[in-house]
Amino acid sequence: MCTRTSFLTTFVSLLLACGNHVSAQDNTGVSFHRDIRPVLADRCFACHGPNAESRQGELRLDRADGSEGAYENAIEPGSVDNSELWQRIISDDPDYRMPPPVAKKPSLTKQEQLLFKQWIESGAEYKGFWAFEPPRKPAAPLVDHPRWSRQDIDLLVLEKLESIGMTPSEEADDRTLIRRLTLDLNGLPPTREEVSDFLQDRQQSGDYAWERLVDRLMARPQFGEHMARYWLDLVRFADTNGMHKDFYRNLVAYRDWVIRAFNCNLGYDDFLSFQLAGDLYETPTNDQLIASGFHRLHLIIDRGTALPEESYTKNVIDRVTSVGTSFMGMTVHCAQCHDHKYDPISQKDFYSLYAFFNNIDAEPETNNQPKYGLQPPFVSLAPPEQNAELNLLNQHLSELEEKVRLARTALTEGLDADSEQLTDLEAELKSLEQERDIAKRKRDAFDQTIPRAMVMKERSELRPTFILKRGQYDSPGEPVQRDTPGFLPPLKKQGEVASRMDLARWFIDPSHPLTARVEVNRIWQQFFGVGLVKTSEDLGAQGEVPRHPELLDYLAVSFVESGWDIKALVKQIVMSKTYRQTSRTTTDQFRQDPENRMLARGSRYRLDAEMIRDQILATSGLLSTKMYGPSVKPPQPDGLWQAVTMIGERFQPDQGDAIYRRSIYTYWKRAMPPPQMTILNAPNRDACIARRERTNTPSQALLLLNESEYLKAARQLATQVLEHPPQDRIDYVWEVVTSHLPDERERVVLKSLVADLLKKYESSPHLADELCRGCDVADATKQELAAWTMVGNVLYNLDIVKSKE
Amino acid sequence: MHPIRKQELVLTRRRFLLNSGMGLGAAAFTSMISRTVAAQDVRSHFAPTAKRVVFLFMAGAPSQVDLFDYKPDLRELFQTELPESVRRGQRVTAMTKGSTKLIAPSKFKFAQQGKSGVWMSELLPWLAAHADKLCFVHSMNTDAINHDPGKTSFCTGSEIPGKPSMGAWLSYGLGTLNKDLPNYVVMPSAFWSGKVNVQALYARLWGSGFLPSRHQGTSFQTTGDPVLFLSNPAGVDPVVRRRTLDALDELNQKHFSEIGDPEIQTTIAQQEMAFRMQSSVPELTDISEESPATLEMYGPDVQKPGSYARNCLLARRMLERDVQFVQLFHRGWDHHSNLPQNMEGQCRDVDQPTAALLQDLHQRGLLDDTLVVFSGEFGRTVYGQGKLTLENYGRDHHPRCFTAWLAGGGIKGGMHYGKTDEFSYNVVEDPVHVRDLHATMLHLLGIDHEKLIFPYQGLDQKLTGVEHARVVREIIGG
Repeated sequence: MCTRTSFLTTFVSLLLACGNHVSAQDNTGVSFHRDIRPVLADRCFACHGPNAESRQGELRLDRADGSEGAYENAIEPGSVDNSELWQRIISDDPDYRMPPPVAKKPSLTKQEQLLFKQWIESGAEYKGFWAFEPPRKPAAPLVDHPRWSRQDIDLLVLEKLESIGMTPSEEADDRTLIRRLTLDLNGLPPTREEVSDFLQDRQQSGDYAWERLVDRLMARPQFGEHMARYWLDLVRFADTNGMHKDFYRNLVAYRDWVIRAFNCNLGYDDFLSFQLAGDLYETPTNDQLIASGFHRLHLIIDRGTALPEESYTKNVIDRVTSVGTSFMGMTVHCAQCHDHKYDPISQKDFYSLYAFFNNIDAEPETNNQPKYGLQPPFVSLAPPEQNAELNLLNQHLSELEEKVRLARTALTEGLDADSEQLTDLEAELKSLEQERDIAKRKRDAFDQTIPRAMVMKERSELRPTFILKRGQYDSPGEPVQRDTPGFLPPLKKQGEVASRMDLARWFIDPSHPLTARVEVNRIWQQFFGVGLVKTSEDLGAQGEVPRHPELLDYLAVSFVESGWDIKALVKQIVMSKTYRQTSRTTTDQFRQDPENRMLARGSRYRLDAEMIRDQILATSGLLSTKMYGPSVKPPQPDGLWQAVTMIGERFQPDQGDAIYRRSIYTYWKRAMPPPQMTILNAPNRDACIARRERTNTPSQALLLLNESEYLKAARQLATQVLEHPPQDRIDYVWEVVTSHLPDERERVVLKSLVADLLKKYESSPHLADELCRGCDVADATKQELAAWTMVGNVLYNLDIVKSKE
Repeated sequence: MHPIRKQELVLTRRRFLLNSGMGLGAAAFTSMISRTVAAQDVRSHFAPTAKRVVFLFMAGAPSQVDLFDYKPDLRELFQTELPESVRRGQRVTAMTKGSTKLIAPSKFKFAQQGKSGVWMSELLPWLAAHADKLCFVHSMNTDAINHDPGKTSFCTGSEIPGKPSMGAWLSYGLGTLNKDLPNYVVMPSAFWSGKVNVQALYARLWGSGFLPSRHQGTSFQTTGDPVLFLSNPAGVDPVVRRRTLDALDELNQKHFSEIGDPEIQTTIAQQEMAFRMQSSVPELTDISEESPATLEMYGPDVQKPGSYARNCLLARRMLERDVQFVQLFHRGWDHHSNLPQNMEGQCRDVDQPTAALLQDLHQRGLLDDTLVVFSGEFGRTVYGQGKLTLENYGRDHHPRCFTAWLAGGGIKGGMHYGKTDEFSYNVVEDPVHVRDLHATMLHLLGIDHEKLIFPYQGLDQKLTGVEHARVVREIIGG
C-alpha cells in the first residue's frame, strides 16, 4: 500500500529564503475578514444572507453587488451618512435598529461600530471569503529578530508576535522536549533509556539530535497508532451500530488500514481518494477497498421497527455530513432542510452532493446482527494460502455431507434388513455425522479468522436524487444531478455522470481552497492543542477567522507542494522553534492567552484519555505492543452495559495481554463507551468530531485515583521500584513517570510520603494484604509494595503527568 | 410610550446587558475562550418558579389510551377499521405498515379523580390520589416514530445524535447549586416488571454533546459505586487517601508556582472535590436514616437497590440537596403485544413510588419549586397490533399524540390541556411539540429558551432547535 515509503525531503530545502519582502499589512487597521465579515455573518446573514427563503427586505449583505447587494441598498462606500446600514446599527430606536429584537441577536458593540465606520469610510471593500479563495504562499515575513530562527513557521509566528510587542519564549529543556515529542508523535512517554540517549546525543550533536529523534519517532509503528486515533474521532469509528439494539459492527479492517496508512506515509491525496472512492479504482487493491469502508462508518439501525426508506435517507445524510466535516471542514449538513444561512451552500448543493452517495448497493438496515458483524457488501482479505486452506476445508466438509446423505439413504432403504445390519448402518451414520460436525466446526473456526472488510459499492443502475423538502425522506422535490457547490472550483467529470472518483479528484485538485487548509489546521491542532482556526470542524462563515492566516496558507501550500506528505508536514511543525518553546510562563500570561493562540510559548494541556491510559500502561511495564486485529475489552465497572442493553448483553472483559493493548484497540460500544475514555472527554463516536473538548472534573480525579486497572499498574510500577536499591528508588520512579529527575523539594515530599505510608501499612497489615491481593509477593515486602504502589498512584495523578508540558 | 414598545425596549436593553458580559451571552462567550469557566449565574431572564427538575422518563412509550386519554366511545368501535379520514395516510412503523388498522379500545376503566375531577385510568390508583397536583398535557407530539430517535429527541431536542441533553443545557445555563454533588444525576431502573430485554438506553441521552463535558449527567450505578470510581480501592483507607492527596496537593502546588498554569489549581480543586464526594455521595445514597413511615410510603420495592421506588426516594434526597436535574429512566413500556398484562406490572412499578415522591416533596415544602415531569418518548396507536380481543391487544408506536403530565414548580394542577380527536390519534386542540415542552420547562426555570445558546458548527445552538417553540403559558400559574 505504501505509495510513498520515504519522505526524505531534506529539512533545509523546506526553508524559505529570507528576503526583504514587506508583509501584507492592512493600512486602515480594519480587516474585512477579521473584523467585518464575521459580524455581518453572525448578526445579519440569517435574514440578509445567502438563504433566499429567509431573506428579508430584498437585501443581502453577503454580497456587495447585484440588485439585492449591499452597495445598491445599504452601503455607500466612503460615506457613513449615506449608508443605511450604518444608521441602522447605531440607532437607539428599537423599531429601526439592526439587528431587530426578533432576531434575538445582540446589537453591535461600540468597538464593532467603530470598525464598521472605518471600513465604510475607507471604501467598504468586500473581499471573497478567505477560506474559499485558494491559499497563497505569503511573502517572506520581515522580522526584527531573525536570529531566533530561519524556519518559515517561526518567522511567520515571530512577525505576529513582534507586531504586538511580544517575544517568543526560550526553548524548553531537553527532558521536557523529548517527553513532549514522544507523546506527540507516538502517544506514549519516552523510556528512561530513550531520555538518556537523547540527552547524550543532544550534547554531542545539538540540533541534529533533535532531527534524529523526530525521524526515529516517526518511523515507529506507534506513530500510525497515535495519528490514527485522531482520525477515528473525526470519522466516528466504533464497534457497534449505535442505534436500537446497538449490534456489533465489524469495521476493524478500516481502523487497521488507517494505522498502516499513517505509518507508510500514504499521501493525503490518496488517503482521501481511497476513502471517498477506493472501490472505483480500475482494479482496486485490498487497501483501496478497505478504505472505502469510510462510507460504512455511519450509525445504522437494525431491521424491524424503522421505515427502511427513512433509514436509507438518514444513512446517506450521515455520509454527506462526514464528508463535509472531515474533508471540507464545512457544515454542509445545515443545508439539508433549507439553504445554508451563513455559507453559500444551497439546499440544492446539499442534495447534489448527496447524489454521490445515494447509490450504495447495501440494505439500509442491518438484519439483526449479521454474521461476524459484517453487513454486505464486504470483501474477503484472505491471502491466497488462506483461501486455499478454506477451500480444502469446505471440500472436505461437503464430501462428508455427501457421505452422511448416502448413509441416511441406505438406512431408510434398508429398513427391511435385519436388526444387526440396521445397527451397523445406524452406527456408521452416527460416526459419519460426528465426523461431519467436527469438520464443520473446524471450517467455521477457520472461517472466522479470515479478515474481511465492509466496503462501498455502487448499484449498477443509478438511483435518482431529489431535493428532499424540509429534509423529509418522503417529500421529494426537484431532481438534481451529482455536482459540487458553486462557490468552489467546478467539478470535472470523466464520464457522463460524475462519480465519487471525480469528486475525490476535485477535492485533491491543488486549486481547491479547503482540502489542504482543513487538514493542515487539524494537524496543527494536534501539536498545539488548538488549530490555527479554532473551529477545526468549520472553516465557513460562522467558523473562526484564523489568527495566523499567512501561516495557515503557507502550511497548506507547502503541504500540497510536498505531494500531500503528512510526515513532512508533521516534521516541519515539530522542527520549528515555535513548537520547541517552553510552556512555562506567568499566571497572568496564561490568563491572557489561556489557549496559547499567540504562540508565544509552548502549549500546555491535558493529555487525551487514551494517552493517559497508554502512558500508565507503558510506564508500569504492562503495555502490550501487539498491533491490529479485533477490538479488545479491558475491564470496566460492572453493570454499565446491563443498564442500557435491549438484547441482554453483558460486558465480558478480555483476559491476559489483551487488556493491556493500546487504547486505540479498545472496543467502542456506541451506546456505552468505556468510562475510562468518556470521563476524559473522548466522544461517543455518534458524530464526526474534529476536536475534543478538554475539561477538568471531579469524575476525572476519581477515575485516576481509584480505577482498579490504573491502581494495578501502579502496583506493577512499585514492583520495579523495589528492584532498585532504596536510595535510588525515588529518583527512579519519578523519572520513569515524569521523564524528569526530582529536585530536592520533590524528593523530600516523596520521602516523607513513603515513610508515612510504610508506617501506616506496617500498623495496618490487612490493608497491605488487600492492596497486594493476587500479587506474588513475599509477606515481608508486602507493606513496602503497598506503600510504593500508592506513591505510583500519586505520580499518576500529578497534573504534570496528565499534561503535556 | 406604547406599553409594548416600552417592553421591547426593556428587553433590548436586557439583551444588551446579557451580551456585554453580565449573563448568558457572557457564559457562552467565555466558554469559547477559556478552558475552565466558572459557573455563571444566568438565572436572570424571568423569575423562576422552579429551581429543580425531576424528570420521570417512561422509556418505551406507555399507552396514553390506557392511562390518561379517556375515549369512552371507542368500545363501540372495537375491531372496526380506523377511518382513513383520521389516518390520513400518515407514516406508521415497519411493524404495522401492511396490516389493517383495527380499533382496540382500552380494557381499563377510567374515573374522575380529586376535586378537579380529572380523568385517570384505574391502573394508577396511588397517583390518582394526587390528581389535583397534576396537569395532563394530552396534545404532546413528536417527529420520531421509533424509540431511538424518539428518546434522543425527547432528551436532547434533536433526533440526530450529538446534541446536549436537557440536563446538560440546564447545568450549562444555570450553573450548580451545590458544592459537593453532581449537578445532573441520571438513575435508570435496574429492573422492571415486563420482559428483561427491552428498548435500549444510550449514554447520549444524558450526554453533554458539544457543551463542555462537565455538564454531562452523572449516571448513578445500581451495583458497585453509585458514582463510577467513587470508592477507594481495597487497601486504601481514608487515612491513606488523605495522606496521598496531601502529597499531591503539595507537589501540584509546587508545579503551579513553577509553571504558572492556573489549570493546575483546577486539578487540585477537583481532586479535593472528589475527596468530598467520597463522603457526600454515600451519605446521599444511605437511606438508613429514613423513617419507617417514609419507606412505607414508597412501597416494598424501596428496599431493593436499583428499583424505581428506591430511585424515587434517592431523587427526593438529591432534590433536597439541591441537585438541579434528576432524571429517572424506567424501561419496559414498549407493549406491542399483551399490553394489558404488561401494563399492569409496569404501572405497579411506578404508581406508588411516583405518588410517594409527590407526597414526600410536598410534605417537605419542595414541590412548590420542584418541577416533576412524567412522559414517554411518544404514544401508542389506538389500533391494535397482533392478537386483538377486548381483553388482550398490543399497540404500535404513535408520535402524533401522547400524554405527559407535569406537577409542581409553578404548574397548574388538576387540569387537562390540549385535546385529541375521538380516536386519540390526532391532536385537535393546543398541540404541544416536544420542543414546546422543553421551552416550557426552561421557562419555569427562569430561562428564555431562545437565549440559552451555545455557538457550535456555525449556529447558535439551542435545546429547542431551529424551529419555532412556544412556552405553554396556559399551564403555568399553579
